[in-house]
Amino acid sequence: MITFKRFWRLLKGNRLFYLGAILMAGLATLSAMLPPLVIKITVDSALQGLPLDAPAFVIRLIRRAGGVSVLARNLWICALAIAAFTLLSGVFSYFRGRWTAMAAENIAQRLKDTLYDHLQRLPYDYHVKAQTGDLIQRCTSDVETIRRFLANQMVEMARTIFILLFSVSIMAGMNGTLTLVSLIVIPILFIFSAIFYKQITASFLRLDEKEGELQTVLQENLSGVRVVRAFGRPKYEVDKFEEKNAAFCSLGILVTKLLAYFWAFSELLCFTQIGVTLFLGVTLTIQGRLSLGALLVFNTYVGMLVFPMRQLGRILSEMGKMGVSLGRVYEIINTPAETDTGAARPSLREDIVFDHVSFAYENKNPVLNDLSFTIRAGETIAILGAAGSGKSTMMHLLLRLYDYQGSIKIGGTELRGIAKDWLRGKIGMVLQEPFLYSKTILNNIRMARFGALDEEIYEAARTAAVHDVIEGFEHGYDTLVGERGVTLSGGQKQRVAITRTLIKNSDILIFDDSLSAVDTETDARIRAALRKSAANVTTFIISQRITTLMEADRIFVLENGRLSSAGTHQELIGRDGLYARIWNIQNTLEEEFEAEGL
Amino acid sequence: MNYFEEQDYTKEFNASIWVRLVKLTAVYRKEMILMLALMILNAAIDSIFPLMSKVAIDEFIVKNSYQGFPIFIAGYLALVFFQGFTICFFIINSGRLECGVVYTIRKMGFKKLQELSFSYYDTTPVGWIMSRMTSDAQRIGDVIAWSSLDIIWGVAIILIVTVNMFILNARLALITLSMFPILMLVSVLFQRTILKNHREVRKINSKITGAYNEGINGARTTKTLLREDKNFEEFAVLSGGMRAASIRAAVISSIYLPIVISLGSVGVGLVLWIGGGRVQTGLISFGTYSLFIAYALQIFEPAQQIARVFSEFQSAQAAAERTLSLIETEPDIADRPEIEAVYGGSVNPRPENWPVIQGDIVFEHTCFRYKTGEKVLEDFNLHVKAGEKIALVGETGAGKSTIVNLICRFYEPTAGRILIDGTDYRERSQIWLQSNLGYVLQSPHLFSGTIAENIRYAKLDATDEEIQRAARTVSADEFIMKLERGFDTEAGEGGSRLSSGQKQLVSFARAIIANPQIFVLDEATSSIDTETERVIQKAVDAVLAGRTSFIVAHRLSTIRSCDRILLIHNGKIQEEGSHRELLKLQGAYYHLYTNQFKEEAENKILQA
Repeated sequence: MITFKRFWRLLKGNRLFYLGAILMAGLATLSAMLPPLVIKITVDSALQGLPLDAPAFVIRLIRRAGGVSVLARNLWICALAIAAFTLLSGVFSYFRGRWTAMAAENIAQRLKDTLYDHLQRLPYDYHVKAQTGDLIQRCTSDVETIRRFLANQMVEMARTIFILLFSVSIMAGMNGTLTLVSLIVIPILFIFSAIFYKQITASFLRLDEKEGELQTVLQENLSGVRVVRAFGRPKYEVDKFEEKNAAFCSLGILVTKLLAYFWAFSELLCFTQIGVTLFLGVTLTIQGRLSLGALLVFNTYVGMLVFPMRQLGRILSEMGKMGVSLGRVYEIINTPAETDTGAARPSLREDIVFDHVSFAYENKNPVLNDLSFTIRAGETIAILGAAGSGKSTMMHLLLRLYDYQGSIKIGGTELRGIAKDWLRGKIGMVLQEPFLYSKTILNNIRMARFGALDEEIYEAARTAAVHDVIEGFEHGYDTLVGERGVTLSGGQKQRVAITRTLIKNSDILIFDDSLSAVDTETDARIRAALRKSAANVTTFIISQRITTLMEADRIFVLENGRLSSAGTHQELIGRDGLYARIWNIQNTLEEEFEAEGL
Repeated sequence: MNYFEEQDYTKEFNASIWVRLVKLTAVYRKEMILMLALMILNAAIDSIFPLMSKVAIDEFIVKNSYQGFPIFIAGYLALVFFQGFTICFFIINSGRLECGVVYTIRKMGFKKLQELSFSYYDTTPVGWIMSRMTSDAQRIGDVIAWSSLDIIWGVAIILIVTVNMFILNARLALITLSMFPILMLVSVLFQRTILKNHREVRKINSKITGAYNEGINGARTTKTLLREDKNFEEFAVLSGGMRAASIRAAVISSIYLPIVISLGSVGVGLVLWIGGGRVQTGLISFGTYSLFIAYALQIFEPAQQIARVFSEFQSAQAAAERTLSLIETEPDIADRPEIEAVYGGSVNPRPENWPVIQGDIVFEHTCFRYKTGEKVLEDFNLHVKAGEKIALVGETGAGKSTIVNLICRFYEPTAGRILIDGTDYRERSQIWLQSNLGYVLQSPHLFSGTIAENIRYAKLDATDEEIQRAARTVSADEFIMKLERGFDTEAGEGGSRLSSGQKQLVSFARAIIANPQIFVLDEATSSIDTETERVIQKAVDAVLAGRTSFIVAHRLSTIRSCDRILLIHNGKIQEEGSHRELLKLQGAYYHLYTNQFKEEAENKILQA
């Protein structure tokens, strides 16, 4: 029921197309049923001179033309009628196909767009936990299952029903007994195929699993090729693959066998039905209770009927799959997106005040615990802390990627009251593991500010000490990033991401350990350039490098979600604590050298 | 999953590709012949059914007699059963053929992949190989087993029906067939367009998959850059293109089918008209008349199929071409036949003939450059005595990994020699050397399976006792015993269920279980906690004792304890000596050491 409701909602905006398509399917079916009737008239009346057996208006039409004898002398009229009806059916079919395709593709596109858009708007946390493979599967193969049903099976189902209705009503007018007999095998055929397709689904699933196992072995072998070779294990791997390959192969053969039994048996049923109709039809014709033309009609109609009925079983099972896919897709769509209650758009070049701020992921220990501090506009704050101490989370709160408890104010405005897009537009943040899109380097940078001039981009790249690196690539700034282009090293990625953030002209800059993969000298160069170009911007730098930390206006030390100390370099080296201990490494090193007699 | 764009191959039909392919799958010749026979039989029966109606009309209805009717019924039913059997058999047969061909191609491909050198893997993305081995192999199997079946059936039925018609009435046969050439022409044209459209749709589709992948993986960055709307605009262009292309494809199919059916009806009409005249003059019977009407319809289906299958073959040709290119690639590093005869190849080793390795390694005027022309080593000389511990340090790209790769014979020198125990290692088989190697990677790669199975990887006949001992030697047993299922715990795909420290330890245990004489330790992971680091340190000490070892850019404590440290710069040894000697130089090593010392110490403090 819920599936039906969802399905009905899915059709919204395209229901008229479907109505039209189904109507056309009906008309096309009806027109396609006429040529056998023309043949009947030809055989019975034109060639054998039997009285016309046709609807009144047809009889009147033929009589006005001069009667059956005219028809007998001009058989081309019948030929023309057949061609005309078929053409008519073709025209209807064309519209049926066109409208179905338009509706199905409209819906598929809308579904894809909705999914893409919604996924982007889901909360940050959703993406931290997301299983990419599963999500992509839902967005692609599940949508495809739905699309296939919409594009083919739905209208096909209607068409099959039309065939049944029309053929039965026409046949019943000719001979009731033969009509009944002509339908004898059809329920068996339908039930048999429905059951079969339901059963075979499980086999196909197992086949998919086996194929997955095979692919895993292959994938692991390829990505672990060094290990395989280093241990001299090609033979072992070949044997392992052979096992999976053979298993998949023999299951494949088994499944095909099942299909073979189904096709053979259902074909047997179909032809038995055609045969039974023929046998009784012949008998009735000999007895004079059926005309030869009518026999030909029965023969043709039964042929038109049995094969789609066999397919109906399959369509039903596809419908089941479609329902499952629909459920999986709606699971994503029904996940609430990020909401924004803020509307204020204040300047962010103001003091930032954290007042008793706490944060915990759902039902877990607090990550941030009662943080209170004030940061003056334009200040550079360095943050030191172990993994899991809450450094990144603190920055995420500032961007409102998560909700917080307590109060964070910028220039006196509560963060919750500020529009998220305003906030994120004004804060430049370089993530720990920045993501580059599969575009050119230039476009990757420019996406942060659309109107940025090339010269501005080069300038920012120089600040991030990556301009020369990029120029060194064969295609320079037009180098494509990612699978089909150049794979950048971790440090290069970080620097491109920094360039991208710099281009934004932010009020607040955040570097979340984003120089970790860059060597110390380059790191120093970047920071020196930053001090010049972003002098008045409030800056947060998360780092573990003492040289980075010591240059900041103030250093915050986070331990287990608490601010354990804060102050300038000079203040902190005087206090016993994490910072002082790290500072003292230098001395330890010198002591060690002394001990070694250097 | 594979997000590569589908490559376009618009070449003409190339018979040699298919001949090569059929040769490769020669084992299935029996199935292929059987397919030919079964499909001809099937087509013959299909063309008999309308003939049965003719008999019924002419023999019973027209003569108004039941004579022979029971035999007719029996004959008909027998035919139905017989047809059922041929259907059953040809499907089973083709299923066997399909699975067999796919199986064989994958088997050959996989074997080749085990032989190909690292230079191949350097230039070939894993995704590309995966596609050849999965979807392309499947496509080839489909075409060979099912598309050829359709073509045989189609040709056979057209021939048989034509012959039948000519026997009964040659002029009417010609009339019935008059639409056939037009139909063939129309079908070929349309099928080509339809296929092109489908390819277009597939191409956009793989871009859409790529876009989802990027959208999901980049979602967090997207939020910080406020890229949602722009991304969506770009996506909507793709999905809109997909919609347009799909509708175009569907509309063309919707035009094609009515045209085919209408052409068919013209044929039927002609038979009805001209045949009707002959019935009136008594030239043909009612039965023959109805038979021609039926045949006029029956020959249209195979004509469409033949046209479709031809375009299928054309598109599968690209898959065949790519897959063959994989199977027919020659490895850069191969043992000479006479060497392989003695020591065995990588998939059929002959360990009984292997000399024992001492571990004395000499680089003699060794040069190495990548295929791309990038020069890495030039005239590199080094003598490492058996049992010596060598540390290789230096910047990324200095050539450390190349030296190690050359030792492992993952690459061979482009000039000069490498001697192991005084013999050029090309005089021995690759598998000989590699079976005597212990190797631990920076990011340890484990396989699906239990921990025990992963350790056993390096010594397939290792007893449980040996496995436990190896684990104990590297102190991996501590964490393993704490796991619920101990050594039988599943490591997960790629070892994903273990932490990186745990994976590292398991890979150490794996590396020493076979007691290799040569040991390579690649860059160690930087992000593990102090406790694990201490354990790993112990493991390293245990592992290195008494073996010729090469340690690449590792933790300082490991480097310090090496017999010799080589600082590599631009493919040359810039500084060489013990830790103390190098520190005294106050050169590049001194600089590197102080930097790394600070970093390690910082980490230690932060994690304390």
